[in-house]
Amino acid sequence: MSIPTQLKYTKSHEWVKSESDGTITVGITQHAQELLGDMVFVELPKIGRTLAQKEECVVVESVKAAADVYSPVAGEVVAVNSELESSPEKINQDSYQAWLFKLKPANAADLAGLLDAQGYEKALESEGH
Amino acid sequence: MLKITPLNQTHREMNAKMVDFGGWDMPLHYGSQLEEHHKVRQDAGMFDVSHMLVVDIHGENVRHFLRQLVANNVDKLTVSGKALYTCMLNPDGGIIDDLIIYFLSESWFRLVVNAGTADKDVTWITSQRDKTAPHLEIKPRRDLGMIAVQGPKARVKVWQVIPGAQATTENLKQFQAATFEQYFIARTGYTGEDGFEIILPANDAVDFWKKLYAAGVAPAGLGARDTLRLEAGMNLYGQDMDETTNPLESGLAWTVDLKSERDFIGKQALLQTTTKRQLFGLLLLDKGVLRSHQKVVTHHDQAEDEGEITSGGFSPTLNQSIALARLPAEAAIGEEVHVLVRDKKLAAKVVKYPFVRNGQILV
Repeated sequence: MSIPTQLKYTKSHEWVKSESDGTITVGITQHAQELLGDMVFVELPKIGRTLAQKEECVVVESVKAAADVYSPVAGEVVAVNSELESSPEKINQDSYQAWLFKLKPANAADLAGLLDAQGYEKALESEGH
Repeated sequence: MLKITPLNQTHREMNAKMVDFGGWDMPLHYGSQLEEHHKVRQDAGMFDVSHMLVVDIHGENVRHFLRQLVANNVDKLTVSGKALYTCMLNPDGGIIDDLIIYFLSESWFRLVVNAGTADKDVTWITSQRDKTAPHLEIKPRRDLGMIAVQGPKARVKVWQVIPGAQATTENLKQFQAATFEQYFIARTGYTGEDGFEIILPANDAVDFWKKLYAAGVAPAGLGARDTLRLEAGMNLYGQDMDETTNPLESGLAWTVDLKSERDFIGKQALLQTTTKRQLFGLLLLDKGVLRSHQKVVTHHDQAEDEGEITSGGFSPTLNQSIALARLPAEAAIGEEVHVLVRDKKLAAKVVKYPFVRNGQILV
């Protein structure tokens, strides 16, 4: 199971990368994409939308099921990876490259509450994986 | 404790993702459900369907007993090996199960029933036997395994693996079976493709599976089985039909014999019912994926959301979402409806199913 150490995580299986310009990039973890299986549809948020922390903002649908992706922190959507709309399978191929959206955090302190790689691994273990 | 088929260990060796499927530990996929789906449409794939139950009924004049037990007419079965698809109904016309019946001789018919309903079916069949035909022996055959090999190249690959079987099975028509050595080989399936369903001693299942694999048949899991059967427009018990729905509103009127004088369990209820709902195909026009239980809005109803998707999903062959939906009977092929998906109304077109048959897109 790949859990890159330079990223932060949520218990709901999002990964978060802090960018040098103060924005964050969000995707779903390898574990999450494996659970869902072959992706066939991704519905991304509108640029400019303001999200609360843990708000549902993306729907990823695999052949098997639909799943919500939650915003790891509060903030404004500043970019979306629209390539995924025509090629959702990129999430299966490399979920850490196939980012979903970028966010300008409203409150930098929110980021401190995210899990590090070790914390996420522990969270997975306690889920029974 | 989950129930396992004779192939359980083999699935694990082949890196299958295993899931709890109605109490059975079954393979969902072996890496990619989509690839398995395409392999069946284009070449050959195999499914472990040993969780389904073979029930043999032996005794004098089994046919007479089956005439009242099931809704389709077993008198259509005149040649040994011939199969019949039918529903088994309760007195209200609700579907206890859908099953295949093979005629082997007047003193031996073979039923193949769904895994999830197997215990209920055996109890029901036994209770009916006790009432009307106590001389018959009902034999659930958990000593047998079952492997479906499906796809345009399925039969040729089976012949490679069972030397000598070709002569016995190449002239089998659809829904016909023959016995060769320890194999009961039926030209049936659940994918809309040509192929065989092969019943064999449980002890032989692993060896046979491995030989098929060596011959280039791809293992396929329950995931691909579901998308293939949905494209083929075949009903799934528990989703498209159950004890609360009858065959007439489940797209299965063609399997119900209401013309002959024969009486069968559920017949009176069906004769008295008016069918307000029918099963239709849906093709999603907007982006997204249709799923079971989503409500469908048509303009035929007072109540806005009377229609319901019974089986929905993504069609790998069409590369868009399709569904089977129970809609007002007056709905028409070609009309546009709306499906309530979360907070949205997605446009869909009513179509005639099957969506795909023998590799060809039909909608």
